[in-house]
Amino acid sequence: MSAVVTADGLGKRYRRRWALQDCTLEIPVGRVTGLVGPNGAGKTTLLGLVVGILTPTVGTIEVCGGRPAADSAQLAKVGFVAQDNPTYAGLTVADHLRLGAHLNPRWDDAAARRRIDRLHLDPRQRAGQLSGGQRAQLALTLGLAKRPELLILDEPVASLDPLARREFLQVLMEAVAEDEISVLLSSHVVSDLERVCDHVIVLVDSQVRIAGDVEDLLAGHHRLTGPRRDPATLPDDQDVVWASHTDRQSTYVVRTESPILDPAWSITALGLEDLVLAYMEGTAAGAPASPALEVLR
Amino acid sequence: MIWLTWRQFRTQFIAVYALVAAACVWLAVTGPALARLARENDDVYDLLTSTDRLLFNGGIAVLAVAPAVIGIFWGAPLVARELETGTFRLAWNQSITRGRWLAAKLGFAVLATAVAVGILTTAVTWWAHPIDGATGNQHGSLASRLTPISFAMRGVVPVGYAVFALLLGTLIGLILRRSVPAMAVTLAIYVAVQIAVPLWVRPHLVPATTTTMVISHGTLDGINLHSSGTLTITTHASRGDWILSNRTIDARGHSAALPSWFSTCLPPPPGAGSPQDKAAATSTNGSLDGCLSRLADEGYRQRLVYQPRNHFWPLQWAETGLYLTASAVLAGLSFWWTRRRLS
Amino acid sequence: MIEFSLDSRSGVSPYLQVVHQVRRALRLGLLVEGDQLPTVKDVVASLAINPNTVLKAYRELERDGLVAARPGVGTFVTRTLADSSLAAHEPLRRDLGRWLGKARSAGLDDESIEALFMSTFRAVNEEIA
Repeated sequence: MSAVVTADGLGKRYRRRWALQDCTLEIPVGRVTGLVGPNGAGKTTLLGLVVGILTPTVGTIEVCGGRPAADSAQLAKVGFVAQDNPTYAGLTVADHLRLGAHLNPRWDDAAARRRIDRLHLDPRQRAGQLSGGQRAQLALTLGLAKRPELLILDEPVASLDPLARREFLQVLMEAVAEDEISVLLSSHVVSDLERVCDHVIVLVDSQVRIAGDVEDLLAGHHRLTGPRRDPATLPDDQDVVWASHTDRQSTYVVRTESPILDPAWSITALGLEDLVLAYMEGTAAGAPASPALEVLR
Repeated sequence: MIWLTWRQFRTQFIAVYALVAAACVWLAVTGPALARLARENDDVYDLLTSTDRLLFNGGIAVLAVAPAVIGIFWGAPLVARELETGTFRLAWNQSITRGRWLAAKLGFAVLATAVAVGILTTAVTWWAHPIDGATGNQHGSLASRLTPISFAMRGVVPVGYAVFALLLGTLIGLILRRSVPAMAVTLAIYVAVQIAVPLWVRPHLVPATTTTMVISHGTLDGINLHSSGTLTITTHASRGDWILSNRTIDARGHSAALPSWFSTCLPPPPGAGSPQDKAAATSTNGSLDGCLSRLADEGYRQRLVYQPRNHFWPLQWAETGLYLTASAVLAGLSFWWTRRRLS
Repeated sequence: MIEFSLDSRSGVSPYLQVVHQVRRALRLGLLVEGDQLPTVKDVVASLAINPNTVLKAYRELERDGLVAARPGVGTFVTRTLADSSLAAHEPLRRDLGRWLGKARSAGLDDESIEALFMSTFRAVNEEIA
């Protein structure tokens, strides 16, 4: 299977701080990938590197088979909806469409106009006067109408009310169904991602903790509850991601491919949100941090 | 990209060009009458109305300020605005490389600036030409073209200044990423440059003419007593030349102070003293000539270093070339910064 | 044409929810042979879920022989569940009726019966998984 994004040892440093380090991953084509992590984890940096607005300090990255922002053809393959949905406040909605038409070779003007109609946006209204949700929809329309292979969204729904958020995701998913594009979106709200993503990357403290297809990840992780036990006594093929102890009881989140046979454990399934939280908390609580694990597909 | 640049630029463009057009209309209306006046009268300065003088000095003020204003107000926000509002993230993701994006913006801005300032300076130069350097019996005169004040607002240099200010503003805006601080810093640097160039650079752009002359009654222009008590001599210079230095040199050719015996040569101030003093004055006058010839015998000459008035256009082109070269360097830096450093 | 809904808190994965909803519709007779299932695009546009989820659900239904995909046209029902399943499981229904009677006489109210059933159901499912 070909990958739409391939990163190898990718890192980005600002003065003395590493915003992203040791990033090695492969995002398969045709997926909706969620990039999750706490604020400041490096999500915007990683997305900036994929889009080509930032250049790496170390390592390499390949997007849709080419170097990001290398030339006009490469730029045409990637669409970007940046954080806060930047638009030109003084330009009208129609002006933005003309902007796209002039600057993109594969611009689909008919589709763009249809979307604007369906969203009930007034083409003559200035972008500065639109509501937050409408601006987000405009930015999404601009990103989709250039017919990219990969669409990248940085916290697209963070500042939207629940209705606007739902409408945004509806439009996005419909476009994925219709145009078969790959999507990479970042969020620090996991519950949105659960319905929309089939591939997920967890980024904590500038490093990738885990990445893989949601199905495989959920199948390979389990929550074990039972009498108090030391992590060292667990079998080798069980990687501890997260642990919590009371004086009598231990709860572990482990990752394993083999079945869990110890009858002392009561096993419960994990949802995506619980899984992500386990990885986010696990490194903070001092449980053995797993290195950048990846599910190979 | 041309369309987008125009669309973003539209309001400012129209505002500036409307003002330029208005100024041209007014100058065109008053110009011919003024030219006729200057043609028919030598002492045209006396005949100028206060409106004309106001326009003359006003033209200086506008042209002094216009290149800087246009350059800074168009240049500083050109990129800085996109950086501070975040719209660069939208622009740089369209299928156009950063280099092309900047090239379109800069190209358009440079062209618009050069044309606007070019029109303005042509109009003002044409209008002021008959009366530049006009003198009359009244006290005062209008500055001639070569003097630093007027030079900066005639001919071609304002275009060079404006393009320079524009590209300086763009680069500072790129580095600082904020429009308003960029405007302030650009203004400061621009003013510093505008003070330094006439002082240290312009005199040397075209080799100045040096003449040495004997100080005689005919060439003497004035004897000046400075507050420090020293005396210096100045000789005549032709009207319209830009005097760089007017100094006495001794027999060996070095700049020298006047010998101490010279102070006795001075006639007493007019109107003071008795008729006997007046007689003494006449005889001293004769002795002034004697002093001057004694000065000449001892080898003292007056050296004049100046730019003659026919150096006006060579100086203009040289200085414009200088500023345009500096602008090209700034443009190159801007491209480098955008592509390499803004990541 | 039926409409889907998604319960994001139920703990059941989205694709399974779609499968269950189609099967329920078939069982209740809301879908009969020849009916078209909503297109992937329409489902996704109303639920804001990943298209692959819907595709996966439809593929599983196709594997079970309940629907068939016609490329370029849509996905159509080929078999209903209304008749066969319930009648064939009459003994199970009777057993269940007896169990319910026992639960009632033990003093359990409706909620307790449902809770007992659901927790046992889940526990058994997990042990199988």
